[in-house]
Amino acid sequence: MVPVSYFLILSAALFGLGVMGFVFKRNIITLFMCIEVMLNAVNLTFVAFSRMLGQLDGQVFVFFVIVVAAAEAAVGLAIVILIARNRKSLNVERVDSMKL
Amino acid sequence: MHVETVLFFVLALMAIGGAVNLIVQRHPIHSALSLIVVMVALAGEYLLLGSEFIAAVQIIVYAGAIMVLFVFVIMLLNAGVEERTHVSRMAQYVGVPVAALLLIELVWSIRRGSAALPIQVSGTVSTSQLATLLFRGYVFPFELTSVLILVAIIGALALAKREP
Repeated sequence: MVPVSYFLILSAALFGLGVMGFVFKRNIITLFMCIEVMLNAVNLTFVAFSRMLGQLDGQVFVFFVIVVAAAEAAVGLAIVILIARNRKSLNVERVDSMKL
Repeated sequence: MHVETVLFFVLALMAIGGAVNLIVQRHPIHSALSLIVVMVALAGEYLLLGSEFIAAVQIIVYAGAIMVLFVFVIMLLNAGVEERTHVSRMAQYVGVPVAALLLIELVWSIRRGSAALPIQVSGTVSTSQLATLLFRGYVFPFELTSVLILVAIIGALALAKREP
């Protein structure tokens, strides 16, 4: 049997990698993909704890997280298309017209 | 050494390798394919945890629909190689060791606290139990998510529509 802590450590490492990618990358689509990595890491934590406690509520929550991630990806990519159309660039440093 | 432990480490290496590759690659299409590798590895981890339904949903919805949407948008926008912008030296030389330190501290605290965790149960979870819980206990959030999807469809259409 694999201990639960192994899954938690893997989830923490994946979440940290997602945060690092979110901070360092400049392409908007890659930023979105780092958000998806973070969501996947949290899903793994939910399923691991649901397994450990013997309750299924964690897996129901994973179901909802996947649905919300799908809706967020749809609307977010529509916004990305709009930005690419207006700014002619996918570099997030060009989208700074609200900066002080 | 159990087969399950070996399988866990193989899948974990696949997931971590895919995530590192996602950060390291400069073209977004390579990052998208690495993310698909991460999702398939995590589906394998869900199977190890006995959640067949969540593993199937991960492959079908996440890797099969959301990532396909990402790839379509990357191809539609003709996203090129990321420009070589200047990352501050401070962020590289201080940030990466601090992140490694944070990860070591997390691993230490998880291992220290995991002595009190109960032993994992074995066996798989039946989908009918999950469906009973979803449609009896969580029926209100379920209907709310269907409204959420409808709102997301309307929003995506309204945003990306070309002005006549």
